[in-house]
Amino acid sequence: MKYTEGAEIRDTKAPDGPIEERWEKRKFSAKLVNPANKRKLQVIVVGTGLAGGSAAATLGELGYNVKSFCYQDSPRRAHSIAAQGGINAAKNYRGDGDSIYRLFYDTVKGGDFRARESNVYRLAQVSVNIIDQAVAQGVPFAREYGGLLDTRSFGGAQVSRTFYARGQTGQQLLLGAYQALERQVAAGTVEMFTRHEMLELIVSDGRARGIIVRDMVTGEIERHMADAVVLATGGYGNVFYLSTNAKGCNTTAIWRAHEQGAYFANPCYTQIHPTCIPVSGEYQSKLTLMSESLRNDGRVWVPVAAGDTRAPGDIPEAERDYYLERIYPAFGNLVPRDIASRAAKNVCDEGRGVGPGGLGVYLDFRDAINRLGRDAVEKKYGNLFEMYERITGEDPYTQPMRIYPAVHYTMGGLWVDYDLQSTIPGLFVIGEANFSDHGANRLGASALMQGLADGYFVLPTTIGDYLANGPYGEVDEEVVAEAEIKVRTKIDKLLSVNGTRTPDSFHRELGRIMWEYCGMERTEESLRKALELIPSLREEFWRDVKVSGTAEELNQVLEKAGRVADFFDLAELMCLDALVRTESCGGHFRAESQDADGEALRDDEHFAHVSAWEHTPEGPVLHKEPLEYEYVKMSQRSYK
Amino acid sequence: MNLTLKAWRQSGPKDSGRMVTYQAKDVSPDMSFLEMLDVVNEQLILAGDDPIAFDHDCREGICGMCGMVINGVAHGEQRATTTCQLHMRHFEDGATVTIEPWRAAPFPVVKDLVVDRSAFDRIIQAGGFVSVPAGSAPDAHSLPVRKEDADDAFDAATCIGCGACVAACPNGSASLFTAAKITHLSLLPQGQPERIARAKSMVDQMDAEGFGGCTNTGECTAVCPKGIPLDTIARMNSDYLKANAK
Amino acid sequence: MTATIERGSATAPVTSPAKASPPSTPKKTGGFLGSSNGKKVVMAVTGAIMVGFLALHMLGNLKIFLGNDSFNEYAHALRTLGEPLVPYRTVLTVLEAILLISVVLHMWAAISLARRAGRARPVKYVAKKSQAQGYTTHIMRWGGVTIALYLVWHLLDLTFGVVNPKGFDSSPADRMIAGFQPERWWVTLIYVIALVMVGLHLRHGLWSGFQTLGWAKDRRRTLKLAAGAVSAVIVLGFLAPPIAIMIGFGK
Ligand SMILES: Cc1cc2nc3c(=O)[nH]c(=O)nc-3n(C[C@H](O)[C@H](O)[C@H](O)COP(=O)(O)OP(=O)(O)OC[C@H]3O[C@@H](n4cnc5c(N)ncnc54)[C@H](O)[C@@H]3O)c2cc1C
Ligand code: HEM
Ligand code: HEM
Ligand code: SF4
Ligand code: F3S
Ligand code: FES
Repeated sequence: MKYTEGAEIRDTKAPDGPIEERWEKRKFSAKLVNPANKRKLQVIVVGTGLAGGSAAATLGELGYNVKSFCYQDSPRRAHSIAAQGGINAAKNYRGDGDSIYRLFYDTVKGGDFRARESNVYRLAQVSVNIIDQAVAQGVPFAREYGGLLDTRSFGGAQVSRTFYARGQTGQQLLLGAYQALERQVAAGTVEMFTRHEMLELIVSDGRARGIIVRDMVTGEIERHMADAVVLATGGYGNVFYLSTNAKGCNTTAIWRAHEQGAYFANPCYTQIHPTCIPVSGEYQSKLTLMSESLRNDGRVWVPVAAGDTRAPGDIPEAERDYYLERIYPAFGNLVPRDIASRAAKNVCDEGRGVGPGGLGVYLDFRDAINRLGRDAVEKKYGNLFEMYERITGEDPYTQPMRIYPAVHYTMGGLWVDYDLQSTIPGLFVIGEANFSDHGANRLGASALMQGLADGYFVLPTTIGDYLANGPYGEVDEEVVAEAEIKVRTKIDKLLSVNGTRTPDSFHRELGRIMWEYCGMERTEESLRKALELIPSLREEFWRDVKVSGTAEELNQVLEKAGRVADFFDLAELMCLDALVRTESCGGHFRAESQDADGEALRDDEHFAHVSAWEHTPEGPVLHKEPLEYEYVKMSQRSYK
Repeated sequence: MNLTLKAWRQSGPKDSGRMVTYQAKDVSPDMSFLEMLDVVNEQLILAGDDPIAFDHDCREGICGMCGMVINGVAHGEQRATTTCQLHMRHFEDGATVTIEPWRAAPFPVVKDLVVDRSAFDRIIQAGGFVSVPAGSAPDAHSLPVRKEDADDAFDAATCIGCGACVAACPNGSASLFTAAKITHLSLLPQGQPERIARAKSMVDQMDAEGFGGCTNTGECTAVCPKGIPLDTIARMNSDYLKANAK
Repeated sequence: MTATIERGSATAPVTSPAKASPPSTPKKTGGFLGSSNGKKVVMAVTGAIMVGFLALHMLGNLKIFLGNDSFNEYAHALRTLGEPLVPYRTVLTVLEAILLISVVLHMWAAISLARRAGRARPVKYVAKKSQAQGYTTHIMRWGGVTIALYLVWHLLDLTFGVVNPKGFDSSPADRMIAGFQPERWWVTLIYVIALVMVGLHLRHGLWSGFQTLGWAKDRRRTLKLAAGAVSAVIVLGFLAPPIAIMIGFGK
């Protein structure tokens, strides 16, 4: 796949000056919309996860007219609901040395120096308000006997700053945002469109002015216009078919925006989560995550000898290799995700993996149960253990869990500036859908933080600035009609192929290509291979896919086919991005770039930049946004 | 293993629907129930038939999107389990499995096993929230909460809004769902100011949606994947009475 | 081709969404008594009144064991309660009226809740398996009907004496003893069946009432046990006299 290099991105609109003051400064410089005018302004928010839900609710509270969209039957079901472990905040309620600065530092370092300092600092600042907001909404965080909030430590951090609600933190936070959203629906400021899928962005006069959606129940194609559009459509991990994402997670919304001119940044940065339940068969439809909080008390090991097939209980202590504790004595089982994942892959590659196919390592609670007692372990992790047992039919209290890495989160996404605005004016992108704050690797419990920071606090301020500079005039009817025709044409095409393979079978095959050649470890060769395979599979898709039913009804096959079609295009860009970035960093591990110990080796001289891809008819154009570090000194990440 | 499926097929809200029999062959015991349906559907698609529509998303028991009545039991016979978390190892080879949608007037069938649960959203709209605009919250530690209260509130708050309670209730009552939210918020100090008004408006909305009244038969809690306890209904009733005493 | 519908105008200021439709304004609830919860409260309160009556009634019946006179005196005492402040049978009549109103309200609420439930599930399940005490709905509704039918018979039998061998102009004790003679075993059988129904009705009804009134928050298990015990006592207490009579007591 050919690409060209375009102009560098120099300005991200972040104010200058001391980093602590930048957000204050931006807030002050942002223009305000007269309250009376807010009612006349229409904002579209696509997505009702932590990011979209909180944004739509807050914009409604501020008095804007909001239209909120999601593909599920209720906004409460957005995939944020599945987050288990917790949410970070620099509250320092423990007095264990945490601070805004430390959270900022940990996040920049955790992201392997591929995130923007200004954004990350703001995130750390705002994190504090998120907890206050959530508690006031009635989010039932875990508490201690004194009635104060409990916290725990999470991968990649040595302080205890993760707030949690048993193993259902995402659920509780999302329900908080959902309830705030429904309150606005009742108040009439937000109009909710469930079971509506965004299929196209309307760009008129260079500005995002609306979307084309399909009512998934009736099949009607609808146009919705607005003064600004916010995308909060989550991650695209499902490009791998098997991932911890919900079945409906897709790239359609952001890919459409990308095709309309929004840059796509760092598509190749994918997070592989170390603690998932291993695959058990061909028919498997998704992978289930076990919260990494389990690594607080569980010990990861494999047999010392390759090919050891004894039952775990029969392997004596001396013949177990607690490899994380061995290789990374300072962080032990709590090393960041990318490191833990790759270590697991390495031991499995050495033939020391356990379970079917040798694709698994043990996560053992024996010592924790002996030390704390079964009850204490059950209190902390009961629901996770139950979930494990339900899926595998094995009892983790008596037998170590088997875990294996799985695709979990995508750090890449649409490029946005400090205001969370994409390269299309009026198109804002928040939550996992943008690329902004995590660099090449996201620390545990930081996505919830980012989604809510964007939705409750950042976007409502910055979008006001954009809207205050309006109005932006009439929308070009022609453009709208064109967008609609594009959508209809694609639907008709999908329905008319009438081939012999289901969309799912294509998706599965695409996923296998991506996992094999653009997964945990990437090489020039593997990526070139993927770049050959993907286009030919896509060609076959458009020639041989079978979509049953019609467009005028609830048609889940059609929905699926549309999403898979977009995944093909995205997959190609991901592989290209991975190919161009010849360094290893965070979640992107190029086998060619490693140090003597097999650790990821960054190449700061050539790659200390964000890769922002522009879509053009002539092919992708790469724009680099240089990353400068004024506060955190770039260093080789070490967790030893 | 091989199974005979008797599944409800209904092409839309106006269709009257019927049970249709399918054969599911070579089902692996490690499959989840939905994965088994995926396989059946793949075959239906290739045969040019309409696959069986069913709602699902997270497939890990938390989004509340999935749900069907399996062999007469909402979410199937395994306790405290959503349909997506139900595995085929709990079925016997050669068994016949009936699959029906949630049946309740306020949950009209959209297609096959897909129903419209927006009534639940409207119940929440009626008052299932604490009114705090973003940015106006006091420090999280300004109001300690007894651990027991926080834990009980959490237990109630784990409701995933799946609707199994309604499906199982002989009266088609949404009491468990509504009570779970009322209980969650009424156990926390943050929920107090709006507590009484909330109970009244949410219960009234539940009636207005056309759900039945609760006669305390306890079917709901028995099928609830999150084990929401019946105490929540007592708490709801108590708050509702207080609201009406005013 | 699919149909298009357009929402929102294509210019910057857009019409505000359907503001007047916060669905939080319920269609119609008809106030407290119209609400399902309100009706449940009616059931619970009237049920409690009836249970109170039953308890007293049972104790009174047990007086037969102290001799016919004791029983007749009690029946008489009931009628002269409050005398001379109020005329003969006033208090009793008032109590009877309250009881009658309770029965009527109780039945009204039961019927309207049952109809509501019927409307909430217009399409029945092809297969439905209970996961809890599946018999309760049936026992409460059909059991209630059985009890009501029984009441009619019972009043004709022992209050008005219409179907009693001793007729209306006899003493209550005579009526009772005559009614349950062994050759009239089927009468006793009716009573036994009815009382089992009453027992089952109360077993669920008692704790259900507490739940409805919101008093069952943390003590459900205890309450259920207590409800079972009270129902058993009531059933046994009621059945003792007829059975005793049948096997020869009072001859
Ligand atoms: C299993 C799991 C566990 C996790 N645990 C943690 C954790 O412990 N801590 C942490 O910080 N992070 C965690 N994460 C990551 C975190 O949950 C997500 O990154 C975050 O919730 C994403 O939120 P979001 O609002 O951006 O998107 P989502 O919550 O994914 O919401 C996307 C929304 O967009 C809508 N949408 C998508 N496409 C369309 C379309 N085309 N048209 C219309 N609507 C559309 C969807 O309906 C949905 O409402 C976890 C993730 C997973 C998968
Ligand atoms: C005369 C004796 C009766 C007594 C003592 C009695 C008592 C009670 C009590 C205490 C309740 C519980 C209220 C609640 O659930 O909150 C109840 C419920 C009920 N009663 Fe009765 N009742 C009597 C007669 C009847 C009759 C005659 C009927 C029939 C029409 C009836 C039908 C019901 C029904 C349907 C319920 C509610 C069902 C349920 O909770 O599942 N009862 N009764
Ligand atoms: C074996 C059981 C019972 C016996 C022997 C019995 C006996 C009697 C007798 C003798 C009377 C007439 C009292 C009088 O005229 O003063 C009476 C009245 C009555 N009984 Fe029973 N009874 C029994 C069970 C029940 C039950 C289970 C109910 C209710 C469900 C009931 C409800 C009534 C009522 C409503 C009256 C009329 C009271 C009045 O008019 O004041 N009885 N009973
Ligand atoms: S109460 Fe239980 S069954 Fe009902 S909606 Fe909530 S989780 Fe589902
Ligand atoms: S099953 Fe129905 S009757 Fe009440 S206790 Fe549950 S809502
Ligand atoms: S699919 Fe989410 S709960 Fe089953």
